[in-house]
Amino acid sequence: MSFKDLHIISMKSFSRDMIDHVLNTAEMLEPIARDKAKSDILKGKVLGVMFFEPSTRTRMSFETAMMRLGGDVLSLGSVDASSIAKGETLADTIRVVDGYANAIVLRHNKEGAAQLASEFSSVPILNAGDGAGHHPTQTFLDLYTIRRESHLDGLKIALAGDLKYGRTVHSLCYALSLYGAEITLISPKELRLPAEIIEDLKSRNIKVTETESIEDAIEDIDVLYATRVQKERFPDPAEYRKVANSLLITPELLEKAKPELKVMHPLPRTNEIDPRVDNTKHACYFKQSFYGVPIRMALLALVMGALE
Amino acid sequence: MSSEDQQIREIRVHPIENGTVIDHINAGQALNVLKILKIPSSSSRVVSVLINAPSVHGRKDVVKIEGRELNVEEVDKIALIAPNATINIIRDFEVSEKDIVHIHSQIEGVVRCINPNCISNSNEPVTSKFAVSSNGRRTILRCSYCERIISDDIGEHLL
Ligand SMILES: [Zn+2]
Repeated sequence: MSFKDLHIISMKSFSRDMIDHVLNTAEMLEPIARDKAKSDILKGKVLGVMFFEPSTRTRMSFETAMMRLGGDVLSLGSVDASSIAKGETLADTIRVVDGYANAIVLRHNKEGAAQLASEFSSVPILNAGDGAGHHPTQTFLDLYTIRRESHLDGLKIALAGDLKYGRTVHSLCYALSLYGAEITLISPKELRLPAEIIEDLKSRNIKVTETESIEDAIEDIDVLYATRVQKERFPDPAEYRKVANSLLITPELLEKAKPELKVMHPLPRTNEIDPRVDNTKHACYFKQSFYGVPIRMALLALVMGALE
Repeated sequence: MSSEDQQIREIRVHPIENGTVIDHINAGQALNVLKILKIPSSSSRVVSVLINAPSVHGRKDVVKIEGRELNVEEVDKIALIAPNATINIIRDFEVSEKDIVHIHSQIEGVVRCINPNCISNSNEPVTSKFAVSSNGRRTILRCSYCERIISDDIGEHLL
């Protein structure tokens, strides 16, 4: 299995074996991410960072990952200041930047942008989000978090919140199906997971249950994965408040859960998790955010050929 | 037979000397076939179109293009909207070659992605690209960039 020069565009191109290899590599690199060990396996390599829409966390996570492995980071800077604002195509920008960098991290507001970039780039493209499309490094770090803090085999997980538009949820569902997880979907009916994704999961023999309330599922699950519910999805503010309330995770709710239940969230959160949950043993979202670093270290080292 | 009937009959069955006859097009799709083949904008040939002609399986459309032999590659593109079409190459009033259309697993530059936020709908130097599959009698196109699916109304999204 070689990851050298592989573009990381969508989870769909990864088999379970490949995912396991990335997770194993991340685990090996985690002490370096924690600054408990040093490495310079990416010394002399340059990562081009092209973010056409802001996402401070993802960007910092990639930059940290590169620097922890001894590599350098070259950033596009703000979109307004670059030639993109003057109408240069993404294809042209990629063909220029690939001459400066050994890999390119791309975030773009249009779906399919990373796929397009991969067709013009001579170096590996890492998709850090393309519009409502894919965000595979988020899924990798979610899986890594579940493996480190809970377990991937025999997992019972509930996904709560906006399951319709939330792209992280869609690719996470696909990846979890490779591990045979049991999935409970918790959302108001306006924000249900699209039917074709549910069909797809069922065709892979995944047990899927749908409900509108976290309370229905809380006793039986190992992981509760909450996602943002955006106010803008609801024309009626009263309706939004009702939904937000029914999805709110509180210490009182968690009293009914297994002691080892972990609460995850891709962050930033809005009103999904009561801040009082932060001090409970269930809270896992800040660790989850940190795990983005070893995962991105693993992917960078693999696609640049520094690790097998 | 009146002279008017005679005239109509002639228009309908008028055989061509050299060219291409595309037969068994799904009824109502003849004009989309012309659109895919970029006719008549690319040609000054005589093209005749039969719409809703009776056939063994109900109704069909037929397109006749005089003086031009279509090549396989351009003809296969019409398989998306007319999967049962047959292609007859006519020489000296005789059918000299006959073939069916073939659905390819990938098509480029025929259909526009329906997702307005797809990168293939911006000013990038790429043509639209779709993976083609079929689910029973339905042809399903999945955009190679954004993965959006087009199935029922492919004829309405031609480039
Ligand atoms: Zn598209």
